[in-house]
Amino acid sequence: MAETPPPPPVRRRTFSATTLPGFAAVAVTVFVALYLPIATLVVFSFNAANSMSDWGGFSLRWYEAAWANRAVQEAAGRSLLIATIASLASTVLATLAALGTTRQGPFRGRMAIWGAINTPLMVPEIVTGVALLILFGTVRAWTGYQGLGYLVLAHTAFCIPFAYLPIRARLERMDRLLELAAADLYASPRRAFLRITLPLLMPGVLAGAMLAFVISLDDVIITEFVKSAGQDTLPTYMLGQFRRTLTPEVNAIATALLGLTLVLLTAFFLITRRRG
Amino acid sequence: MRRRSRARAGWLLSAPALLVLLVGAVGPLLVVLLYSFLTRGDYGGVRLPFSLEGWFRVFLRRDIFDGTVSLNTDHLSIFWRSIWLSLTTTLVTFVLGLPTAWFIATRPERSRPLWLFLITIPFWTNLLIRTFAILEVIRNEGLINTVLMRLGLISAPIQILFTDWATLIGMTYVYLPFMVLPLYAAIDRFDRRLLEAGYDLYADRWRVLRRVILPLIRPGIVAGCILVFIPALGAYVTPRVLGGGTNMMIGNFIELQFGQGRNWPLGSALAVTLLIAVMGALLLYLRATTPKGGHDG
Repeated sequence: MAETPPPPPVRRRTFSATTLPGFAAVAVTVFVALYLPIATLVVFSFNAANSMSDWGGFSLRWYEAAWANRAVQEAAGRSLLIATIASLASTVLATLAALGTTRQGPFRGRMAIWGAINTPLMVPEIVTGVALLILFGTVRAWTGYQGLGYLVLAHTAFCIPFAYLPIRARLERMDRLLELAAADLYASPRRAFLRITLPLLMPGVLAGAMLAFVISLDDVIITEFVKSAGQDTLPTYMLGQFRRTLTPEVNAIATALLGLTLVLLTAFFLITRRRG
Repeated sequence: MRRRSRARAGWLLSAPALLVLLVGAVGPLLVVLLYSFLTRGDYGGVRLPFSLEGWFRVFLRRDIFDGTVSLNTDHLSIFWRSIWLSLTTTLVTFVLGLPTAWFIATRPERSRPLWLFLITIPFWTNLLIRTFAILEVIRNEGLINTVLMRLGLISAPIQILFTDWATLIGMTYVYLPFMVLPLYAAIDRFDRRLLEAGYDLYADRWRVLRRVILPLIRPGIVAGCILVFIPALGAYVTPRVLGGGTNMMIGNFIELQFGQGRNWPLGSALAVTLLIAVMGALLLYLRATTPKGGHDG
């Protein structure tokens, strides 16, 4: 039997309905353009030379300089302190509010509460900044209190919606049958909440707390308007140091802050992905 | 009765958060409104009596010699810059963001979370740091000018920094993720079979994009535009760092009134104006996304 040679392979261009001309090229360019500036910033923070354009070898001198700088130490401590208190406080408040607005079923004024909680997302920061400058300025004059309380209060307020959204999302997706089962098994409402609802809610609470922490840590504008003299946080310190160009020291601080944000975000993603 | 007790529990649980928001975010806005109707203090601050001078000065000016009233062109040019820079930023982020969101949404299931994570990192990264990063790229000794000069395309650096272009590039850079994420969400929900239906009916790719994709992802487009336009209109950090002292946007102009300008009523009136503009944009957004009666589904 004569073997028939296999037919030559037909090169068929597969038609993909989801391909649009040029879209992939633009997308890749966008990703490169998004990361190139950040990468430049990070690379030059390790530059031995006092320059943002000429490479003088690898060195940690700017990190050492920033680390040894008293003002930077204080600003870093203040940033972390405010972010810790504000994220804890806003998460507790947001958890209560989320329980109140999702667990009770619809009631009068629920939309109003929802709107009020989301106000900080809609009002431009500069407007909130000057509003707090006016209000807290008056309170300062009346009470003489100059402490960090004003910053903590302002940060807590604008962190509430960021903590609230993931917690509410988690609550809405939660199976209520488990709570009803607990009630059937004679668990008191308190016990059912502590043993069933709260553990199930925990990933949402953690995600909310982390977002609030990042948001507080990153804030520039509201902090700039609310702070008294000598109450710089890391971002306002960096903005204050900025005089038409960037110093390598500020660059090192920025890179360190970037690293911290990245760690928190990765943790956030691992936590939220596990639930899916 | 049960309904009322539910409402009470809802309000009670929300009360602590609402109280903090009242003191730290919502209430102070009313103080700004009040201040916009008071008289300017000599060293900043305000005093009685009530006055419309702050509001008058938002758009108008009075000649100091003959008292004639005319439009304040300096102020108008700042508003105009804010509006056109914000609109252009919105447009550019859309043109760049749509292909990016499409690209992410059409990646294989396994690698999609990674691409999404890559767009989310800049979203959550400090705005000031990202502004510093773009500054390093566009300044005279920065990446763009160095590369262009080494290639011999230009002989002297192009002055981008401290121009409106710098603010535009900076805002596009920092707000782009705000456009991509809602577009991605809309594209992800979209039924791909409709594309094939379009091609089966002899539409070319351009027609499919225009007649099938864009109308169906409209909620995502509107959401992305609003998420970029609103912060861009109220931008403060980016124009301050990249635009320099002279290319102010309304956010910087408000700050100026509370700083060197020492005109708190004018600053307050400007802040209320900005707030009204933002609320107006949000209302348009709500009207554009709420389905009209009988057209639902």
